[in-house]
Amino acid sequence: MPEPGLDMADRTNDFAFKIGTVNGTGSASANGLIMQAIFRMGIPCTGKNVFPSNIQGLPTWYEVRVSGDGYSARTPEFDLIVAMNPATYERDIADVRPGGYLLHDSSWPMAKEFLRDDINFLGVPLGEMCVREFKGARVRILMKNIAYAGALAALLSMDLDVIRRMIREKFAAKPKLIGSNYKAIELGYDYAMEHFDCPLPIRLETMDATSDHVLMDGNTAAALGCVFAGATVGAWYPITPSTSLMDGFQRFCERFRKDPETGERNFFIAQAEDELAAAGVVVGAGWAGARAFTPTSGPGISLMSEFIGLAYYAEVPSVFVDVQRVGPSTGMPTRTQQGDIAAVAYASHGDTKHIALFPANPEESFHMAVEAFDLAERFQTPVFLVQDLDIGMNDWMIPKLTWDDNFAPDRGKVLGADELERIKKFYRYMDVDGDGIPYRSLPGVHPKGAYFTRGSGHTSRGTYTEDADEYTEVMDRLRKKIDSAASEVPSPAIEMREGAGMALVTIGSCDGAVREAADILESQGVPVDYMRVRGFPFDPLVREFLDAHELNFVVEQNRDAQLKRLLVTETEVDPARIHSVLDYGGFPLSAAFVAGEVNERLGLTPDDRKLRPAAERPEGAVA
Amino acid sequence: MTYIPKPAVRHPGLGANELGLHMRDYEGTISTLCAGCGHDSVTAAVIQAFYELSIPPHRIAKMSGIGCSAKTPAYFVEQAHGFNGVHGRMPALATGANAANRDLYYIGISGDGDSLSIGLGQFCHAIRRNVNMLYVLENNGVYGLTKGQFSASADIGSRSKRGVPNKSEPIDPVALALTLGATFVARGFSGDKQQLIPLLKAGLMHKGFAFIDVISPCVTFNDHVGSTKSYLYTRHHGHELVPVDFVPIRSEISAPSNNGGRTSITMHDGSMVRFRKVPEDYDPTDRLSAYEHYRSLQNRGEVVTGLLYLDPSGEDMHDDNATTSTPLSEMSHEDLCPGSEQMDALMEEFR
Repeated sequence: MPEPGLDMADRTNDFAFKIGTVNGTGSASANGLIMQAIFRMGIPCTGKNVFPSNIQGLPTWYEVRVSGDGYSARTPEFDLIVAMNPATYERDIADVRPGGYLLHDSSWPMAKEFLRDDINFLGVPLGEMCVREFKGARVRILMKNIAYAGALAALLSMDLDVIRRMIREKFAAKPKLIGSNYKAIELGYDYAMEHFDCPLPIRLETMDATSDHVLMDGNTAAALGCVFAGATVGAWYPITPSTSLMDGFQRFCERFRKDPETGERNFFIAQAEDELAAAGVVVGAGWAGARAFTPTSGPGISLMSEFIGLAYYAEVPSVFVDVQRVGPSTGMPTRTQQGDIAAVAYASHGDTKHIALFPANPEESFHMAVEAFDLAERFQTPVFLVQDLDIGMNDWMIPKLTWDDNFAPDRGKVLGADELERIKKFYRYMDVDGDGIPYRSLPGVHPKGAYFTRGSGHTSRGTYTEDADEYTEVMDRLRKKIDSAASEVPSPAIEMREGAGMALVTIGSCDGAVREAADILESQGVPVDYMRVRGFPFDPLVREFLDAHELNFVVEQNRDAQLKRLLVTETEVDPARIHSVLDYGGFPLSAAFVAGEVNERLGLTPDDRKLRPAAERPEGAVA
Repeated sequence: MTYIPKPAVRHPGLGANELGLHMRDYEGTISTLCAGCGHDSVTAAVIQAFYELSIPPHRIAKMSGIGCSAKTPAYFVEQAHGFNGVHGRMPALATGANAANRDLYYIGISGDGDSLSIGLGQFCHAIRRNVNMLYVLENNGVYGLTKGQFSASADIGSRSKRGVPNKSEPIDPVALALTLGATFVARGFSGDKQQLIPLLKAGLMHKGFAFIDVISPCVTFNDHVGSTKSYLYTRHHGHELVPVDFVPIRSEISAPSNNGGRTSITMHDGSMVRFRKVPEDYDPTDRLSAYEHYRSLQNRGEVVTGLLYLDPSGEDMHDDNATTSTPLSEMSHEDLCPGSEQMDALMEEFR
């Protein structure tokens, strides 16, 4: 036992670690191997990829949280850091929690000024061993990654059989590589077993909590939703962090939508020249009767706003998936944020308002993607599926997705040739049913269905107008139509707790952290109710919930409290009831941050957890 | 003025086409453009082309952007769906509509502002994608609706109505289309219907992106002395390089007795384009040869017209994509949804 061995309480299946590497060195596959091995041991876990907007040479981290209790939010407290990038040694060493561990490559000496005496340094000569055992620079670099995975297996008590099986599966097509990967795992494993007191107090123990689950990112899930919903036209312009959505759609379509004999494809993907064109392709295809969508991010939404306004006013079904990243402008393309909430709600100039769905995890990304197409066709309008980089690009543990074969898509009020033949005259924008939703016709079906679609002023009969009354009639109907969607979008997720006097309100990927914060607060004697908004326009239940709580903390990831503002504007709730908890630095939210912020607003110090009567709270505390 | 209906009368002397439809069935609402506008002549030629080709009106999709040109789809084939979208973005709408339903006849009407300034990128990329459509650019060198600013197609030295000369290099849509790989490139003149109608017919029947630049003088803002897009200038400098006839597959082919230099090209569906006179060293199916001829005549100050280039191979963006022959918009959910069994199997790959 050459290492100092600072004490740490037993933390079986409840810890977090991260691996710092250089991007472009192939560490992603080793990191995926580690994460998947834990998952296959039946232990709930989540992985967050913290990566640069760069192809090769900059620092990148992979964070893994292991939680037998099933908590999935990011935690910024790291019990173990694998520091493989000398450029970030200083930062990585500083990030280890006191009593924790730093695993580093001891082939070269560590600078003395970085050393801390309150953490354990675990040096493994990874570079040296790989140079000895493998040939070729590229192979040595790749095998060094696998070797640290081996060392982790020993330190954390990972099941080696699980790892070996995964290596066999991964290299089934290239069996020559299996041996070298086995060897690399053993190098790290054997060294750690020999030199350290394995396993560490942070360790894994097989459970049975993941057998009904999968590991999936939200872009893959949303892509599957598009395929299962019957989307046939996808248009896009590549942009981080949404690119993998179209990659997924293409991959699934090649598999499920291609005739194996003729090679004919039941889908069309247009990689457009920019986001304006991508939106135009979607609107054109929606107008002609296909289910069409585009995946994009904030900068794309800015460019698409012109077509979004057209689709709103001309009433063309279209689906926009916004995988939010940090704005404004180019912002930080590889960091997460919820900065587009306000932008999508009223995208484009003039009076507009749009249906938006806010998934919290990849499972919801899938189901809401399907729902987005139904809503777009039912309401003949653009629908936004608003997720973010954290959901879209990170691997989440979610229940296995299932599909109901009885599902029938809602194609909305579309008149077929027979119906058009029967009616006397077709008026595109007439509110025939009194529900604000007119009937539409598709080109090519029947001469009586023809009309002139336009973004300029039009009457309920579909003709051009500059007349105030005729214009207003259509605009008022549009308002009625979109407002009526409030009870059709997914209703809010609500969890009530015994004795709760206040509430946490949130949206999207904040879900995990905020629910965990509610548990922390309850354990501190502050029970809180919970509501997660899932759709816009807001379901009437949203207003009811806010009204039922004197104190609502709205937790969201943007600087300007966009959800809070939208809630105040749209529900007309008393703003004095609503307080913001904001986090917008680009990392997924943590429960500790939320609980800490709430405590601070309530004027509670860590030593004084009980809620004091308002009169006794320090000056400046809310309510 | 479009709310005033046209009287439903037709001249008893006008016959019916193969579908039993009359010219009136291919008309639209009354034009609200200025009297004498070149665009109205183009509209008239479009009506006649559709009528003569006997295309069912509801199988046509009329696409446009914004501007005087963009209004014109309202003035022809009232029984066809039209989409007057946003400025410069008609190509994207047409691409999407065609992606969804490949079986319709797509005609896009654009202008020089719409295609060469705000929509230059979209114009270029629709060509690159080889969308199966007829793209008509009604080119007058000027912004009409905003009262007379130069457009990007205005020639150097061409004078505005107030006498100010244009000093910026023009963007030539014909040269651009040839360069970018358009599979059908032509130029017409709104004042020459005899030439324009066969061009429109050939363009409509061409599979792939067919581009016709039509010099269409703006009588209000760009038809004065000193303008290079006026009726007078175009008539004086017009050079019909390659006059053509269009022979639909259904008609019997009867060759007119023109002399020498005649070439016929069979198109993908068996219809034919007959070049009435082609200069000896010029091959209209050779892009480089077409480009050289076009540039050399242009350098002499001539406004070159006719069908300048034609790729009769009959490929379009759906061939590149290997799209199924049934329009995607007509596929049933059963055909598109992989179903629960596939989902269950797929889930095992994410463990």
